[in-house]
Amino acid sequence: MHLTVPALVAAGLAGIGLYGVLARRNAVMVLVGAELLLNAGVLLLVLTDLGGSDPLLSGQVGALFAITVAAAEIGLALAVVLLLFRATGSSDLRTPRSLGETARQDSASGGEVR
Amino acid sequence: MTGIDVLMAAFGALALASGLLAVTSRRVVHAALWLVVSLGAIAGLYLLLGAEVIALVQLLVYVGAVVVLVLFALMLTRAPTGPSGDLDSPRPVKVLAGVVGAATTVLLGAALLAADPGLVERRPARGEALPLGEVLFASWVLPFELVSVLLLAALVAAVAVSRGREAA
Repeated sequence: MHLTVPALVAAGLAGIGLYGVLARRNAVMVLVGAELLLNAGVLLLVLTDLGGSDPLLSGQVGALFAITVAAAEIGLALAVVLLLFRATGSSDLRTPRSLGETARQDSASGGEVR
Repeated sequence: MTGIDVLMAAFGALALASGLLAVTSRRVVHAALWLVVSLGAIAGLYLLLGAEVIALVQLLVYVGAVVVLVLFALMLTRAPTGPSGDLDSPRPVKVLAGVVGAATTVLLGAALLAADPGLVERRPARGEALPLGEVLFASWVLPFELVSVLLLAALVAAVAVSRGREAA
């Protein structure tokens, strides 16, 4: 088999994921782009193993670890997105806001968040 | 071009097309579902390459858990279910993002084509559960344990972040 097609698919997914991260405004949609970017990386890791002869199967093991870390990352990222939504009522990343402790105390006491 | 190559091209085209739809769709739920199609096509690619365990892990973890998390987050952030014009940045930012994405694809594609090993023997025995399990729990057991601790830390952190200051 030829590894050209999966390699080009990985390159394409990286570009598409990067577009998603940069062009989207909704926080959850940015994470969708980040997931595509991570998948491109994992695909490349698997390709390095199947094209080579490493006895330790480093590429595939690396892919497993990368998938695990990606799952942990998106769990935490979505918790932060939920915090953002609860603190400010919107998941739009372009509205200026401050998530620091003083800002949240201000909004809790009814002050303006700017 | 063997049958495997043709199938890989088909799955690859599906993954790219649905990925593109996922990042450009105007409805958030459609975007999440196109992500499912894309991740499933990538799992099919893994299966064609001979990496069976990775294909199943991709389906279980990515399609089964990550996309479900995305859908829950969409539900809890009251995302609009109809077509929404507020999902994308203004036009100049989108054009710039498109240029950056295309440049990344071209650069990465050129580098990968230059490093292409040509015709490679398909070795599904490398991706089976037994050799991967043996090497994972013998040579890679310490990073494996560290990743488990990382997962636990992420879980605790997610709970801590969502509880906010009332619990402090």
